[in-house]
Amino acid sequence: MILNYIGNFALLFCLIISLIILITSISSLNNQNFFFRKNLKELLFFKFFFALLSFCSLVALFINSEFSNETVLNNSHISKPLFYKISGTWGNHEGSLLLWLLILTFFAFFYFLKSKNRPNDERLLTIMFQEVVILGFIFFLLKASNPFNIIYPVPKEGLGLNPILQDPLLAIHPPVLYLGYVTTSIVFSSSLAGLIRGNINSLWAKDLRKWVFISWTFLTLGILLGSIWAYYELGWGGFWFWDPVENISLMPWLSLTALVHCVLVLEKRSIFHSWTVILSIITFTLGICGTFLVRSGILNSVHTFANDPERGLYILFFLFFLIFLSVLIYFIYEDKFELNNKNINFYTKETSIILNNWFVMYFLSVILIGTVYPIFLEVLSNEKISVGPPFFNKLIIPFLIPFLIFMSVGPNLKWIKKNKFSNKFKLIIIFILSISLSILVSKFFGNTTLNITILLAASFYLFITTIKDFLKNGFKNYSQTISHFGFSLLVLSILMNSIFSKEITSNMRVGDEIKFSNKIIKLQKIENTTEVNFLKFIAYFIIEEKNKTKFILRPEIRIYDKPETITSEAAIKTDIFKDRFLVVNLVKENEYLNVRYQEKPFMLWIWISAILISLGGIINIFKKNEKKIL
Amino acid sequence: MKKKYYKFSIITFFIFVFLIFYYGLNQKNLYTPEDIIVKKFPNLLLNDFYSFNETSLDNILIDSNYYLINIWSSWCLPCREEHPYLVQLKKNSLIKIIGINYKDKKDNALKFLDEFENPYTHILSDTNGTASIEIGAYGVPESFILNKKKEIIKKIIGPIDKKKFNEIIELLKNEN
Repeated sequence: MILNYIGNFALLFCLIISLIILITSISSLNNQNFFFRKNLKELLFFKFFFALLSFCSLVALFINSEFSNETVLNNSHISKPLFYKISGTWGNHEGSLLLWLLILTFFAFFYFLKSKNRPNDERLLTIMFQEVVILGFIFFLLKASNPFNIIYPVPKEGLGLNPILQDPLLAIHPPVLYLGYVTTSIVFSSSLAGLIRGNINSLWAKDLRKWVFISWTFLTLGILLGSIWAYYELGWGGFWFWDPVENISLMPWLSLTALVHCVLVLEKRSIFHSWTVILSIITFTLGICGTFLVRSGILNSVHTFANDPERGLYILFFLFFLIFLSVLIYFIYEDKFELNNKNINFYTKETSIILNNWFVMYFLSVILIGTVYPIFLEVLSNEKISVGPPFFNKLIIPFLIPFLIFMSVGPNLKWIKKNKFSNKFKLIIIFILSISLSILVSKFFGNTTLNITILLAASFYLFITTIKDFLKNGFKNYSQTISHFGFSLLVLSILMNSIFSKEITSNMRVGDEIKFSNKIIKLQKIENTTEVNFLKFIAYFIIEEKNKTKFILRPEIRIYDKPETITSEAAIKTDIFKDRFLVVNLVKENEYLNVRYQEKPFMLWIWISAILISLGGIINIFKKNEKKIL
Repeated sequence: MKKKYYKFSIITFFIFVFLIFYYGLNQKNLYTPEDIIVKKFPNLLLNDFYSFNETSLDNILIDSNYYLINIWSSWCLPCREEHPYLVQLKKNSLIKIIGINYKDKKDNALKFLDEFENPYTHILSDTNGTASIEIGAYGVPESFILNKKKEIIKKIIGPIDKKKFNEIIELLKNEN
């Protein structure tokens, strides 16, 4: 009970300190030294401390299962394992916002410590914008989603946690994703501050680069964890569904990817000022926009979150406040860019980066339109539709081809250079090689369309050129090479996966057998056991291949009691080259099980390649600063 | 001067988006009555979902008092929501449910039916989506209710939910 008050008051203290910082920083904009003497560091630290205190008290409430707290009541249960009690803290709307706030305050403090080599006025402005964002979140927490609402009389038992969310992967997925989102707020604030002060230059980019890479890496890992979870838990045998919530996490990632490249170019060549600033703004507002779309219930999605129009309204106003604020600041201070009319030659790295930026922007807008179009249509004509994978596939796949080619040629070009690139010959040979390779693959396995063959050729091209680059440059620029290699591997594995996946669906009883290509799948027995908070049915399948290898797959059906939910746990056997995926569903009032067996090649490589992509980012964070060219 | 226009248009654009979202939030429960102009359902030639033979809709729309024509797809999430209502509606002997499978892969569609039960007496494929345009559909899911004379008496855009399901039941009762 007491923890409720501690948490609530800690939040209030947070609010007060945040207000103090904001007001003093505005009033001392012209006399920064005054404020810096006045313990900005201590204030930032205490704000972080109180946010931490508030968060910890919520965690403690969850651990103790104190159902006097409304959030705990709705999302926890005494019989839930301790691990999921703790992860339940951020598995719900209120708790996850508190986590947002905690990370926000932490990074504001951390930024202040790490930005000593920036001019004081810019630091102060950054902290000021950061404070605006933090205040927005605290108000939202206190007003529309307070995690410390008290219920009296105290209920005896909680209402459980969505069992789909009871998964170790999902316990760490949101924090990692939030780390990514929240760091973009630093990038956003710092861009606005630099814009106002006219400080957008290569030195600024050098300091910002670390933040951009931190957030990019976390976002990449967060999305990876989310899609691994979807693959193992949702039991649909896919890893990406173009679901609105997935799209929402992908959009900031795309603009951040473009930003990563722009920041590098700005640091090296002192061009792309406006690109960098605009992308910083877009990335952060897309993150908030995602929160709005997900939390307000304006979209239909498989991800079930508690919806509340009041919350939606608040985030909407906050979102557009931020958008108009940054648009206005941009318009007013736009002329402060240090414009240096450098000519950009066509055969340079700069050009290929700009081209790829435009492609990324295109992908971004396709996804954005696909996600919000249903809302527009509903408002304008009161109709409901669902935009499915065919839309995204049709609009994205053809444009991936030139994108991949630019991505392979780009790193082989030189900066500034007027003369044409040197290893043209090698690149052409690789190009021919990859085309023939992809023709071979599609001839050999049949049933591929021309579109896919060309895409395959393009991704082979990127794949081979990155290997070539790695062999040639060794460890010279290996963070880039690893990420690009990872990306080519990702595209290649996704393609191979979608071309060569095979599956069979059937209804089976105990003792039944089905034949599938060169295998026999037999349902041997079904066992049931009782676990802490669910009932478990395990089906034993024996899969026998022609060459006498035998293995057992044990998919499960779990029936949770609070709230009553049935989930299917897929059984997956992972090999280097393919995954065997088996999932069963109950058929109503029937002794049959609905069985779905899939063979999915290169699944493991999709995960590995995403890890490689983020590894490149991690390496860049710890890399020494790059040399500037002109 | 040019610059001013572009600033102006960007701000207008954002205001427009804001308004759309704002109304989107409040729209949830709005319901507009469907138009009551009697319109005959067009006769179409479509491929049968299972056999892929060309079938005329006129040959299917016989021997029932009412027909529900439902456009669906396995990749469409709202379709999953409305499916249980179709299955329930199947038990009503007054009405016959005909599915039009919209821009879908046959395997996925079969799986969908396997998983959620098949409420349709006939399924036709609209692989490229042209038939749905001819019908005048806006997207998936969408349902038309026809009477014996193949006149459209009700059109439901979006998934059939509990409220709309009850409306259909009422309609069947009243018209009888």
